[in-house]
Amino acid sequence: MPNNIIKGQVIPINQANIDTDSIIPKQYLKAITKTGFGPFLFDSWRYKDPGDLSTKNKRRINEEFILNQEPFSSGNILITNNNFGCGSSREHAVWALKDFGIQAVISTSFADIFFRNSFKNELLLITITKKELEKLFNEISESSKYCLTINIQNQTITTPNNLEINFDINDSDKDKIINGYDDIELTLKHKNKIQDYEDNMKKIKPWLFETNDEK
Amino acid sequence: MKETLYDKIWNEHQVHLNDDGSSLLYIDRHLVHEVTSPQAFDGLKIKKRDIWNKESIFAVSDHNVPTLNRKAGIKDEISRLQVSTLIDNCSKHNISYFDLNDINQGIVHVIGPELGITQPGMTLVCGDSHTSTHGALASLAFGIGTSDVEHVLATQCINVTKEKNLKINIKNQLSEFVSSKDLILYIINHIGASGGTGYTIEFMGECVKELSVESRMTVCNMSIEAGAKSGLIAFDDKTLEYMIMKKYSPSKKYLDQATKYWETLSSDADAIFDKTIIIDAKDVQPQVTWGTSPEMTVHVGGKVPNPDDVSNLEKKESIERALKYMDLKAGQEISSILLDKIFIGSCTNSRIEDLRQAANVIKGSKIAKNIKQAIVVPGSGHVKAQAEKEKLDKVFINAGFEWREPGCSMCLGMNDDSLEPYERCASTSNRNFEGRQGDKGRTHLVSPAMAALAAIKGHFSNIVDYINAK
Repeated sequence: MPNNIIKGQVIPINQANIDTDSIIPKQYLKAITKTGFGPFLFDSWRYKDPGDLSTKNKRRINEEFILNQEPFSSGNILITNNNFGCGSSREHAVWALKDFGIQAVISTSFADIFFRNSFKNELLLITITKKELEKLFNEISESSKYCLTINIQNQTITTPNNLEINFDINDSDKDKIINGYDDIELTLKHKNKIQDYEDNMKKIKPWLFETNDEK
Repeated sequence: MKETLYDKIWNEHQVHLNDDGSSLLYIDRHLVHEVTSPQAFDGLKIKKRDIWNKESIFAVSDHNVPTLNRKAGIKDEISRLQVSTLIDNCSKHNISYFDLNDINQGIVHVIGPELGITQPGMTLVCGDSHTSTHGALASLAFGIGTSDVEHVLATQCINVTKEKNLKINIKNQLSEFVSSKDLILYIINHIGASGGTGYTIEFMGECVKELSVESRMTVCNMSIEAGAKSGLIAFDDKTLEYMIMKKYSPSKKYLDQATKYWETLSSDADAIFDKTIIIDAKDVQPQVTWGTSPEMTVHVGGKVPNPDDVSNLEKKESIERALKYMDLKAGQEISSILLDKIFIGSCTNSRIEDLRQAANVIKGSKIAKNIKQAIVVPGSGHVKAQAEKEKLDKVFINAGFEWREPGCSMCLGMNDDSLEPYERCASTSNRNFEGRQGDKGRTHLVSPAMAALAAIKGHFSNIVDYINAK
């Protein structure tokens, strides 16, 4: 299977309600492409100086922030607290996480729009219980070199101490992560059904389809 | 079977039920702005896909636009490119676009309802989380990411799993000079920033019936700050009155037919909700946020919380972190917080009623000496024109406010309007997140009347006491 195992260093950020403004600040939303957001992930926590898309200047690093510390700076699994990704719908937050190299985020809960955006970009989100999350944070605090193995097919997380945590994932989300697919193409398989619905609505609710010229 | 309003709109728009339990939902209206759409149009181009229904789309630039010297165009090269990309995409695909100097231009969530683009019973999406605003007109509206924008452009549909039904029943009436902004901040504090996650909220009860349609928009707008993608309010006479004579409302030919349908848009009397929360509007006082999440709210007569009073370690740490960022002391009186800037605007509070309320407070007064800047940014060209007709612009300008052109402005500071590091702002917007209004900036969310009073006083003060003492 192409994408079944995610293995790697954990980045623990034990904070609740991390919003998408913090994940990627507004000034980077002026870009018109989907790529290159990794250097700006958690921008205002990572750098001492503000930045924007046009600055080429080197900025001072905030050594206190975890992404600037070894071994976390090369981590690929983020562990964080509840309501991760709240606020703005900006998909740039997911693009930034992915571009940085994050393959999975583990938390007790995620904001709804962020959740959708993540799976659309094959970023795996794993929801576990509060107890399990606490256990992970405890184990990480004992050893910074802390790698997890996530088996998506079996829906398990295995810690270095051989603790195994099971997680739930919707079948289609699982399929998206493992196989990746073009969901527009899948929807367009129902093209005729959509057309029939629309034709019917033109009769039932004709005011919805008045063109601007008719008015 | 008895249905909630959410059930009704959902069922009417379901094209197909997928194997995984999600639904293919038909989307009636798609609002597009410059920030979250370029990559979606690009995606269509790469795959050589066409747009399903161009007539269902309305586009406008609002996030990146200057609120000064509009005629001079956009100075910032990167912003200019983003706006011109939207203009190019719209002209290429023949999509309705409201130009910067068009009176119809404004914040996407202000112009949608104002122009009658948003109508009761519709499904409506936009690549912006505050799309929940439109639920005030009994339409099922929610924010989506850029991949979904592309999906809706190409298929007119979205694959979504139905949320649960949450009823927030608001009993009694708000006290005089307490606004719907105070109400929604109070509710978010009550249920938490993730209290509505996984739900569609329907706001109902005596209080909601009395609220104007514009006030209802403020409530639905901030549903997302409680984690709910959509907020809903049933159709009633006020909604009907609001819908008449709008630019894109149903024409005379169909108005009766549409009205007949709209009248079905409320939850059945004994519809089942997964959860019900009861709020007493009498308990709501003017609110001020003190922290970095909209749930961190207290009434204006209250104090900043003390983390030592909180036993939950996680909560305690989040309060400590917020106090440090906001540079506030535990137990500090809200009224002692001194301000640097005042922002009246945003998709939450930039409509004509908001401006009237603020102008009413500051009429004949001047902004306090410690206020470095106070700006009013109307939500749309029409709001601006109406305010000028009522001479509200003069009231603001005479008090020392700047009167600006419409846009999102300092709510998120993507244009030139932002806080300098460590500046403190009383803002009528919706998010007090770290850095939201500018790097290291400090935001306190309040109602328009409270922001206006803070401008005069230089610190927070109780609007109810102030007006009663007058």
